Amino acid sequence: MSPHLILQVVAKLLIPLIVIFGFYVQFHGEYGPGGGFQAGVIIAVAVILYALIFGIEAARRTVPPVVVRFGAALGVLIFAGVGVATLFMNGAGEPLNYLDYDALHPDQGHHTGQHYGIILIEIGVLTTVSSVMLAIFYAFAGRVPDIPDEEW
Amino acid sequence: MQFLADFLPAGIAMHAPALIVVIPLITAALAALMPNGRVAWIVALITAAAVALLSLNLLGQVMNEGVISYHMGGWAPPLGIEYRVDMLNVALLLLVGFVGLLCVFYALPSVADEIAENKQALFYSAFLVCFAGLLGVTITGDAFNVFVFLEISSISTYVLIAMGAGKDRRALTASYNYLILGTIGATFFVIGVGFLYMATGTLNMADMAAILEANGHNRVSQAAFAFIVVGLGLKAAMFPLHVWLPNAYAFAPNFVTAFLASTATKVAFYALIRFLFSVFHPDVSFVEMSFVWLFAVVGTIAMVVASLQAVFQTDARRLLAYSSVAQVGYMMLGLGMGTASGLSAGLLHLMNHALMKGALFMALGAFALNFGVRRIKDLAGMGKTMPASAMAFTIAGLSLVGVPLTVGFTSKWYLVTAALERGWWWAVAALMLSSLLALAYVARLLSAIWMDSPPTHHGELTQRRLAPWMVLVPMSILALANIYFFFHADPLVWLARSAAEAVMGGS
Repeated sequence: MSPHLILQVVAKLLIPLIVIFGFYVQFHGEYGPGGGFQAGVIIAVAVILYALIFGIEAARRTVPPVVVRFGAALGVLIFAGVGVATLFMNGAGEPLNYLDYDALHPDQGHHTGQHYGIILIEIGVLTTVSSVMLAIFYAFAGRVPDIPDEEW
Repeated sequence: MQFLADFLPAGIAMHAPALIVVIPLITAALAALMPNGRVAWIVALITAAAVALLSLNLLGQVMNEGVISYHMGGWAPPLGIEYRVDMLNVALLLLVGFVGLLCVFYALPSVADEIAENKQALFYSAFLVCFAGLLGVTITGDAFNVFVFLEISSISTYVLIAMGAGKDRRALTASYNYLILGTIGATFFVIGVGFLYMATGTLNMADMAAILEANGHNRVSQAAFAFIVVGLGLKAAMFPLHVWLPNAYAFAPNFVTAFLASTATKVAFYALIRFLFSVFHPDVSFVEMSFVWLFAVVGTIAMVVASLQAVFQTDARRLLAYSSVAQVGYMMLGLGMGTASGLSAGLLHLMNHALMKGALFMALGAFALNFGVRRIKDLAGMGKTMPASAMAFTIAGLSLVGVPLTVGFTSKWYLVTAALERGWWWAVAALMLSSLLALAYVARLLSAIWMDSPPTHHGELTQRRLAPWMVLVPMSILALANIYFFFHADPLVWLARSAAEAVMGGS
């Protein structure tokens, strides 16, 4: 039996809640404090907690470093891609500029398009921030000391 | 020149100011996903070619229509972020675009040699982020946006320099030093922008200038000026603030050094000009004072002292790095004259310096690629073992001294003329002295390359070894450009002059 049984049980309870809270912060971001950056950190924290309790190897199996690298790039692509999409979607027949979110929902008023835009952007931020947080954690946690502890 | 404005489809041309920054930013993310370095290199090459084309197109548009203003997200300035292209920044965009393209072409063999295989794709990704940052600083008309892009380019530069650790662990400390100093510079700059915001209530540069002119200057805007000059001076390696540069250039991967030496400090220098002339007005008393008592004096000291330091270096790239500091001094001197001819001479030297330093660092990279040499004495006999690269190095080296038949002569000629117009004989004397010192340090390199015999290996002379053609082609283009633009100086001189006139208000 693992000596960390209590920690493991509590962590199993907490991790889903942390992720849900992360999504709450994400999707409440445009009304109150929060947003993609904070939510990304919170969701990354869930995985980091998992790594602390169950070991770095278990975390690496759950969220492999390849996925982390892919997520970091994907977030940037979503973020910048929203702006590029607005270039292709000419709102109401007139050409719009880069990042002009009005194009995203041309039938409704000005606000709806802007609202869609910020939600899409925040999803990109969430993806990149949580991936980069994990990448930094993996890089530090996976570091082998230059001199092994026994040789000090 | 109508074809320059027309060769791209209208839909792309209309959005060119945004695309020139967005394309490298997006492809940076794509490059990070690529399975190996070679594919990522192709992404980088396509990006750099696209950027070069867009910059040509922007040049055509600016020549036809004058200043282009692009409103990000359809929010009109001064509230929204404005990308503003005039003759001054289009010159810089062209420089960054084309030198970037040549450097990327050169990158493949050099990066394959210096960077671990599993990191190459990420390396190109970092390069593209840096590229996007430099272009962003150049094109934006929003003071805070300048800071953001300055940080984007700087942070990726720290990474790029640290990647030299594969060959020499000292790259890590060089990068760390640059990180600390670069962050201080960026902080100073953003404090200055904050003060300007306090004084004017706007972040749009054109709007700032109008409000400052209407309301007059006060302590806050003076403090802003001081902070911005120091912050950007650090980034541009203005003389006493240059200490990060020699090590950063000496230990970075060769491709990075060639790229940074010909673009990064230039872009920071551009930002300085933009703030001095377009935000603060050169007629304001404290700005005018800073020209004579700060830029001209500091530039002159840099020309002499940094050249003197260069003479005593043992590492070839450190020598050229100190020489870069001295060349920034030339540009500062041109800027410090405060006249249109002085500024255009400074800008001309900026472009010419990119041509020479690009070729010089590429040639040193070629030597390092084939023989792994870095110290000056190890360059012995390169004239016999690598004649083509040694030839390119020699042309660019002579251009650095300012020998006739090279562009170095042209820009020094314009600098001297501009100095004489103002009656600054001391500046002419300093220019001559600095050129003599340049002759001394270039002669050290050239004598090692041509006079010394190649090292022997088990009693046999080292064999001739040709650099890869992907290294030779961009290096030769840059070296020949050093000669070509002496005989056809008009395009560059015209570009520099119209750039200077664009910010001096057509005087």
